[in-house]
Amino acid sequence: MMGANLLLPLSGLVLAALAWAAGSVWLAGVTPIAASFAPLETARALLALLQGAELWEHVAVSLERVAVGLGVALLLGIPLGVLTGLSPLFSRSTTPLFQFARMISPLSWMPLAVMVLGVGNAPVYFLLAFAAVWPILLNTAAGVAQLDKNWLLLARSLSATRRETIVHVILPGITAQILTGVRLAIGIIWIVLVPAEMLGVSAGLGYFILDARDRLAYSDLMAAILVIGFLGYLLDHAARTLHKRWLHAA
Amino acid sequence: MNSPLPEPALAIAAAAADAPAVLEARGLSYAHGAAGPVFSHLSLSIRRREIVALLGGSGCGKSTLLRVLAGLARPATGEVRFLDTVQAAPHPRSALVFQQASLLPWLNLADNVGFGLDFAHQPQTAKAARDERIKAAIAAVGLAGREGAWPAQLSGGMAQRTALARALARQPELLFADEPFSALDAITRAEMQSLLVDVVHRWHTAALLVTHDIDEAILVADRIVLMGGRPGRLLHEWTVDIPRNREDHPEAVGALRLAILSALRHAS
Ligand SMILES: Nc1ncnc2c1ncn2[C@@H]1O[C@H](COP(=O)(O)OP(=O)(O)O)[C@@H](O)[C@H]1O
Ligand SMILES: [Mg+2]
Repeated sequence: MMGANLLLPLSGLVLAALAWAAGSVWLAGVTPIAASFAPLETARALLALLQGAELWEHVAVSLERVAVGLGVALLLGIPLGVLTGLSPLFSRSTTPLFQFARMISPLSWMPLAVMVLGVGNAPVYFLLAFAAVWPILLNTAAGVAQLDKNWLLLARSLSATRRETIVHVILPGITAQILTGVRLAIGIIWIVLVPAEMLGVSAGLGYFILDARDRLAYSDLMAAILVIGFLGYLLDHAARTLHKRWLHAA
Repeated sequence: MNSPLPEPALAIAAAAADAPAVLEARGLSYAHGAAGPVFSHLSLSIRRREIVALLGGSGCGKSTLLRVLAGLARPATGEVRFLDTVQAAPHPRSALVFQQASLLPWLNLADNVGFGLDFAHQPQTAKAARDERIKAAIAAVGLAGREGAWPAQLSGGMAQRTALARALARQPELLFADEPFSALDAITRAEMQSLLVDVVHRWHTAALLVTHDIDEAILVADRIVLMGGRPGRLLHEWTVDIPRNREDHPEAVGALRLAILSALRHAS
């Protein structure tokens, strides 16, 4: 059972690795330096990086930025989402603005963010939070709108106080949607993170990629790409698991 | 529980006839916003331990009336007395069951049943006493042993049993049920109908069962009130004195069904 379940996903990965090997052999024929893109070179570089401290420091810095960006997005997105879900007035007056702002690639704010916030962590936090706030806001608002009306009736039939209604019905009632928002937000943050770290910072996975390019350490670069993919997969998996756990649907 | 005297189930309907009212509504009118009144000058009383079926076509205002009676909506005119006091807010000794079980998916079965018992405006009870009530309510609907189950794992019938247990855990004097079985399949519905009668009798509570199903009203209720007209009013009333189990008395059930159908025809 287990074997069959793993076989198909694994076969996809193996095929991709074969294509990668073939591609790098072909590319090496064109530009000799491309030999260091090859899977074996990359694996060797990855092993060395994993044993050293440097890569881990970059990973830690990146993950911290993800956490801060996500935290800020949650702090802004949940209250705004609740307000949007509860107040038709607020919803109607902000929907065009939010839909507009949501469609602007966060990276296009980068020059402005650096100008206003200076170089360093602040503009990266801003870009990540700005990218992540929309899925959280919109999912929270949808969660509030989809709250089972009977839950609210039930709370009222128990003469629940406002606080009891919020703590025992509304917040847990929208948690599943907030977690959906978090999952989408993590996906977006992880994608925005790397380019956001390519400007004005001196640590993080995005920085490491540029640095590897400048050092002509192409197998390090490929290794970093693998690490980015793997960490992103883990983050997404964690968010998914949290969501399932909450719904007890696992 | 509330009465020291054990009563045979068959005698309950007759015994209830001169019992004091648990709920007494007089001159109720209600309108949704600026729309015309849903019902006006409507009066209804429910005696202790009585099962009243509120029967009517969909859209005639049954759910709205139930909300007003349950204290969830304020009538434009008239008043609702619950256990002889004018009801300003939902009474702690009344409980609701909806068409959908509406369980809270983040709580397990036992926590759903006990939901809200410790809220600030509920009668204050010790945790041990609450746990005892939750256990008894779960046992009453036949779900003992499933306390730890999650709502997502329950069938429709089991979810509705849990909703019934949630209502029972409040030790209600009056159970408001708004088409509680209409989303269930026919077999589960029949089971739930007899469970409801059984539980209401054993827990010495009264019930107002909103339904649009004539057969359900006849099988379950001690008294049937027919709602209709625009604005809505109570058109007709029948005391159901068919002995239980009523499935065993098809002629009497059939005769009452015809009487109700004919009243419906005259009303429209
Ligand atoms: N929240 C509401 N706002 C406006 N009209 C409503 C609302 N709820 C119900 N109504 C209207 O009131 C009438 C009675 O509805 P309801 O009490 O739900 O009927 P029933 O339960 O008998 O099907 C219907 O015409 C319905 O459209
Ligand atoms: Mg209704």
